[in-house]
Amino acid sequence: MQKFLTLTDTAVPLTVENVDTDQIIPARFLKSTDKQGFGDHVFYDWRFNKDGSKNTSFVLNNPMYSGQILIAGDNFGCGSSREHAAWALAGYNFKVIISSYFADIFKGNALNNGVLPIQVPPEFLEKIFTHYIQNPNSKITIDLEQQLVKTEVGKIQFEIDAYKKMCMINGYDDIDFLLSKRDQIKTYEDKTRTYSN
Amino acid sequence: MKRTLFDKVWNAHVVDAIENGPQILYVDKHLIHEVTSPQAFKELEDRNVDIFRPDQTLATADHNTPTVDQHLPVKDELSRKQLDMLTHNCEKNGIELFGLGHENNGIVHIIAPELGVTQPGMTIVCGDSHTSTHGAFGAIAFGIGTSQVAQVFASQSLLLDKPKKMRILVQGTLKQGVLPKDVILYIIAKLGTNSGTGYFCEYAGNVFENMSMEGRMTVCNMSIEMGARGGMIAPDETTFTYIKDRLHAPKGEAFVNAVEYWKTLPTDDGADFDKEHIFYAEDIEPMLTFGTNPGMGIKISDSIPEVEEASFNKSLNYMGFQKGKSLLDTPINYVFIGSCTNSRIEDFRVAAEYVKGKQKADHVNAWLVPGSQRVAKQIKNEGLDVIFKASGFELRQPGCSACLAMNDDKIPEGEYCVSTSNRNFEGRQGPGSRTILASPLTAASVAIEGKIIEYKLD
Repeated sequence: MQKFLTLTDTAVPLTVENVDTDQIIPARFLKSTDKQGFGDHVFYDWRFNKDGSKNTSFVLNNPMYSGQILIAGDNFGCGSSREHAAWALAGYNFKVIISSYFADIFKGNALNNGVLPIQVPPEFLEKIFTHYIQNPNSKITIDLEQQLVKTEVGKIQFEIDAYKKMCMINGYDDIDFLLSKRDQIKTYEDKTRTYSN
Repeated sequence: MKRTLFDKVWNAHVVDAIENGPQILYVDKHLIHEVTSPQAFKELEDRNVDIFRPDQTLATADHNTPTVDQHLPVKDELSRKQLDMLTHNCEKNGIELFGLGHENNGIVHIIAPELGVTQPGMTIVCGDSHTSTHGAFGAIAFGIGTSQVAQVFASQSLLLDKPKKMRILVQGTLKQGVLPKDVILYIIAKLGTNSGTGYFCEYAGNVFENMSMEGRMTVCNMSIEMGARGGMIAPDETTFTYIKDRLHAPKGEAFVNAVEYWKTLPTDDGADFDKEHIFYAEDIEPMLTFGTNPGMGIKISDSIPEVEEASFNKSLNYMGFQKGKSLLDTPINYVFIGSCTNSRIEDFRVAAEYVKGKQKADHVNAWLVPGSQRVAKQIKNEGLDVIFKASGFELRQPGCSACLAMNDDKIPEGEYCVSTSNRNFEGRQGPGSRTILASPLTAASVAIEGKIIEYKLD
């Protein structure tokens, strides 16, 4: 996994609430057996019209907005556990998603793929939506070490699990850690086997 | 210290805890399917790591399988490749697979309970958010992403923060014609789609105590639709009776010992929850959804609420519905009875009982997709297939089917589908499709009338 320390970039404002993982990556694109190429299909049914042409009213197709930061409406990533949603966002080159609320499974999937979900209070989200919709060239800085989001309309501290923060900063993943615990897991198994099935 | 059902099962599975960090939670059963496992197998291969506990892993093909002509090679090349890869990965790693056509094949959340794999007190995970279904047995069961599938492959464990605890009590006796699906749609409509985020939910009260295992599974299945990672119901005699003598259930003395342990699991009197909600059975009626998330539900007889909010407007616009209007008499061309929410034998019994002697409306495509080969067999054994056929319903072969429309079972653009599945997201049942979630009884009544009605039971 790639390390994440700081990021300064412009942002894409997606004001829709309850964006579910079926919108992030529709099920018909889940047939791939590797992790590549999902970025091409991110938000597919919102980005493209039925005839395959670009839907120019969708924010990702608006040339005014670009950048590796997605600002999204409340309850982002609800629904299916498909990690393809995180692969699709990462594949499109989003590195940070700011919202007032994230669904649990999506949040974990994002962190496991080097995409940082940042939860901010609803009032702050409202404020940055207003500013960044009107000022598409304005930048946002994310400082993971300090757990800070710095914007042109104020800065705010965000929370992240200390262990996950360490993983993101160092580019570690959970598999390495769990593999180092196999002996301890075996001991647990020996101790707790009460009945077999 | 008074403990909840969730505390008891969770604590029994903690291998270790990282200071100021997550806990290592041991996983008893890992269920896998063709869509969310290939990248995890590859992850381990790339690292040259073996699967730690293949004997605690069970595989099925369900998400991306056809529901007709399953004996023929799968036509879609990408789907076939995904299925072949599952077979290859399972053979290579010594994992039991119930592939297409196998007598035990079916939707992952249907087959594990019916084979007796799912048992109280277990931790069960799967790369599918509806893994919460298995909580009906008093197990901690939840969906995981593919990175976590790889973690379980590598260590039979996961790194997790312990969720908070919520209890939903529903007291009283359900009215006739109100099904478990209506109960959970009512709860989600009341609480909203993110009310459970960060929580594990226990459903308690006499409504759930009096519910069959099938009904409890329908309820727990949709826990994720209010954001909760999982839902649980305390194991009781109904649970033990359901499990006894199933293929993977403990037998003889082992079963007696298991039951003795399972009886210690229910929440202690006076145990604390972080959040609690109480509802009354008398307030619950048959439900429908009118929007594009499962929280947008109303009683069949109610009108769509007048909410002024951008996302709400966007949702109604997509569905082609209007605020203040009722859904009654809306013409419907598609009905789907299936999915891990409602494709168990009980669901088909209730539908068959309603449609017996009636004809579906000419313009309705009524698809019935059993959850498993065993359910399909049971439908035949009970003669329900004859009833459905006479009524003009199409009985297909098992799989996830039109719930997520990964295969060819897609609802055409702009069409409404009254569906017993779990999600009404935009395009969920095919690009441009419009889903109305309902119980199998409501779905059956719509198929007969060709429009949304308030059914009357004789």
